Amino acid sequence: MLGRLGLDAIPYNEPIIMGTLLVVAVLGAALLGVVTYYRKWAYLWREWLTSVDHKRIGAMYIILALVMLLRGFADAIMMRAQQAIADSGHAGYLPPHHYDQIFTAHGVIMIFFVATPLILGLMNVVVPLQIGARDVAFPFLNQLSFWLSVAGAVLVMMSMFVGDFAATGWVAYPPLSELGYSPTVGVDYYIWSLQVSGLGTLLTGINLLVTILRMRAPGMNLMKMPVFTWTALITNILIIAVFPVLTATLALLSADRYLGMHFFTNEGGGNAMMYINLIWVWGHPEVYILILPCFGAFSEIIATFSGKPLFGYKSMVYATSAIGVLSFFVWLHHFFTMGSGANVNAFFGIMTSIISIPTGVKLFNWLFTMFRGRVRYHSATLWTIGFMGCFAIGGMTGVLLAVPGADFVLHNSLFLVAHFHNVIIGGVVFGSLAGISFWFPKVFGFTLDERWGKIACWCWQIGFYLAFMPLYVLGFDGMTRRMNHYDNPDWHPWLVVALCGAVVIGLGILAMGVQLIVSIRHRGENRDLSGDPWDARSLEWSTSSPAPFYNFAVIPTITSLEQHWENKLTGRAYLKPEHYEPIHMPRNTGDGVLIATWSFVLCFALVWHIWPLAMLMLAAVIVHFIARTYNRNTDYYVPASEVARIENERYARLVRVTQVQRPSSSRPKAA
Amino acid sequence: MSNPSLSATHDSAHHDASSQTTAGFWVYLMSDCLIFAVLFATFGVLVGNTADGPAGRDIFSLPYVAGETALLLLSSFTFGAGMLSARAGRRGPLLAWLVTTALLGAAFVGMELHEFAALVHDGAGPGVSAFLSAYFTLVGTHGLHVTLGILWLGVMLHQAWHYGLDEVVLRRLACLSMFWHFLDLIWICVFTFVYLRAFL
Amino acid sequence: MNSSSTHSVAGQPQADGHGDMKSYFVGFALSLALTAASFATIMSDIVPHSWRLGSMVALCVIQLLVQLAYFLHLGTGKSQAQNTAIFACTGLLIVIVVAGSLWVMHNANINMMPTQAISQNE
Repeated sequence: MLGRLGLDAIPYNEPIIMGTLLVVAVLGAALLGVVTYYRKWAYLWREWLTSVDHKRIGAMYIILALVMLLRGFADAIMMRAQQAIADSGHAGYLPPHHYDQIFTAHGVIMIFFVATPLILGLMNVVVPLQIGARDVAFPFLNQLSFWLSVAGAVLVMMSMFVGDFAATGWVAYPPLSELGYSPTVGVDYYIWSLQVSGLGTLLTGINLLVTILRMRAPGMNLMKMPVFTWTALITNILIIAVFPVLTATLALLSADRYLGMHFFTNEGGGNAMMYINLIWVWGHPEVYILILPCFGAFSEIIATFSGKPLFGYKSMVYATSAIGVLSFFVWLHHFFTMGSGANVNAFFGIMTSIISIPTGVKLFNWLFTMFRGRVRYHSATLWTIGFMGCFAIGGMTGVLLAVPGADFVLHNSLFLVAHFHNVIIGGVVFGSLAGISFWFPKVFGFTLDERWGKIACWCWQIGFYLAFMPLYVLGFDGMTRRMNHYDNPDWHPWLVVALCGAVVIGLGILAMGVQLIVSIRHRGENRDLSGDPWDARSLEWSTSSPAPFYNFAVIPTITSLEQHWENKLTGRAYLKPEHYEPIHMPRNTGDGVLIATWSFVLCFALVWHIWPLAMLMLAAVIVHFIARTYNRNTDYYVPASEVARIENERYARLVRVTQVQRPSSSRPKAA
Repeated sequence: MSNPSLSATHDSAHHDASSQTTAGFWVYLMSDCLIFAVLFATFGVLVGNTADGPAGRDIFSLPYVAGETALLLLSSFTFGAGMLSARAGRRGPLLAWLVTTALLGAAFVGMELHEFAALVHDGAGPGVSAFLSAYFTLVGTHGLHVTLGILWLGVMLHQAWHYGLDEVVLRRLACLSMFWHFLDLIWICVFTFVYLRAFL
Repeated sequence: MNSSSTHSVAGQPQADGHGDMKSYFVGFALSLALTAASFATIMSDIVPHSWRLGSMVALCVIQLLVQLAYFLHLGTGKSQAQNTAIFACTGLLIVIVVAGSLWVMHNANINMMPTQAISQNE
């Protein structure tokens, strides 16, 4: 009846896990208690959980990512602590099996449940606003996508307390991930959490692609699209192209584990190398999926805070597209050592070196944008400048690894670990945090506290170099990744430095938390009344902050690449329209949340081989989805009078702030 | 920025919903193509790994496959004819064509299940070798798609009967039509690269 | 983009185009003929052995194109250009993934498992 699930699935005898469970339980109960005490359940359900508003879904993606960042970071600091202790002869405090789960969970969480939701969240918030649309193409699907991601995240978190997680590394190479070597449910948790969240990501990709292709404001041809939207376009194409590959690959691994097939096994003619090949066909474009929107965010930020148009818009667009195409020709550099021979390795090595060229183009574009600009050192600018140095180092070590001969020496060493943290933290994390501080007022209506934002930024920057530069040295010294303990005393000091770096990054995360609390408490003083707190350039800043649920009362007509800036120059910004029309909007619905809930239970049942429950939940998902197609009441019209009321309030607020028709970079902040 | 005449044309944006949905569904089909691409690539890599089990030419029957192909091709045609009736607003013929299509699809799935059952019975099940794993997964995934297509056909039969041929029903029929024809495309690759190739 | 799609009449989704009975008949007949030709290539001795693989693949590609044109109504017309472009991109990706994987794995087999590679090359 319960399949493989029994009481022994709960790891009672692991004090660390039980302690964590206690903390999670207490915090969770406190959260639920607070919501209940303030009677916010109905509000939460009506306004957030069932929302189909792209801005709220985007915000929830980012909240999910930040919560999961805490878990992923806890894993990181545990690993750093273990390696700082487990020097010659000391076993450290983490037994190998637990340690293996931690490094696997760290990678899975940071890529799938931190970086990916951050990117999807930013794209969700910004893209429709930038192209002058009222929502995404398929709002219900958007909600479903988000909750499927949550289902995956909950599944990963749950694996800690019920059963175990994969102990295979974050891409779960077979034959280690096959049933013979990983007989517990760990790999099954891994598979189903990625399947369910991957489906969500794919649906979002389709949704945003159609949004960008079909819903741009009149006059916005492709070469008048803001750079962030361009990077989002390419990223979503990549998502649609490669997430099916991940789905299929994991499905084949499941076929091995559940149905006794022989795709990647040692027996029966299976070929484990094919898994490695396929997972990287997904995996390499995935890193570009993550980084491209961050490039877009940096581009918007650097142009805004330099008070200049972006240098080389066209080259930026071509570079982004070139990266998109080239990203399909480099996957083998993750396994040069597989032994495909000189010709194959040479091809992929050369392609990998080539792909660094468009990235270099972008770096110069950002530098030239700042050149002779009047740069304002907002925290978003600091993140951007920090990124440029950090990413340049990461890019160069990447090109070093792209040389197959060098890769044979450095493969699976800490040099590699340092490299990809260098580009992912330096690029994706800095980019997303910069983007959050930049676009936060557009969703919530007030700006984030600058002081704590800058403290967080400096902690991250310094902590990053302390934590990861030693790993380059250790890589050259021959230390491989994922070591539970070691007996080379020369490594020990470097690992202690790395731990200190991790602690400083931890302080940065703490500062982010403080920043959020301080900002919320002082929201009255930091309110963004103008809708354009940074004197910015693209369309999203022409509407109010927070943007109304319909985004634009009147869909703008596009005549310029920097429409909002152009309007400010010509005095056409903030003109009140003569009349309003009814607006067609999607209705909120609980269907997405519920279908995702059934999917979550379905995955849980599949992990534990609870077949009756799995069948029931599969049927529930299908039936609920079909039932949804019989609902003909999914949208409505906002009456023109209601639009007029909301807009009149906005114009009343606008009058209170100093109206500046002519932009000047020294314009005082609104409020 | 505030041009009333333009806003009037744009507020009919929801009339684009149909073309938006079909565009989105087309993109979804493309992503499905990539799932099949992975399965074909895997099949191509593993086709020689028979692990002392049977190879393709030992177990496939080309006349049988030709029969399956004929059923699927015919169903594509009947669906197309149904779509023409739908556009002409003739509900009766549409329902008849859809039922025919569903029956042909069901016959196809039946033949495939029969083929699979016979193989398993003869000791050539999916767990025997990497080749057979890849074969069952690739062909089975296509079969699963056809099965889902039949389920969808059933739902659309009911909706066409219940709501009549309104915009939403027509839009969904258009999506289903793409889905059904798309399965035909996949099958062309299946019979060529899985079945015929085994007898080269 | 948007202005072009507003021309579409509601209820006549563009992505499906406007086929007529004749085009479905032609498509169906061509598909049947091409399928028959494919099977005949392998099941009879009409085509010499060395040509079989090539003609089999060619017939497959032709039939894919026929069905895309006659059943899915892909074309270069204004309403269809976007879908056609998306399909072309997908086709390219499929070629990269399939051909790339086969190439990579074939080389790995040759270099890492010489005996198996020889038996496969027959």
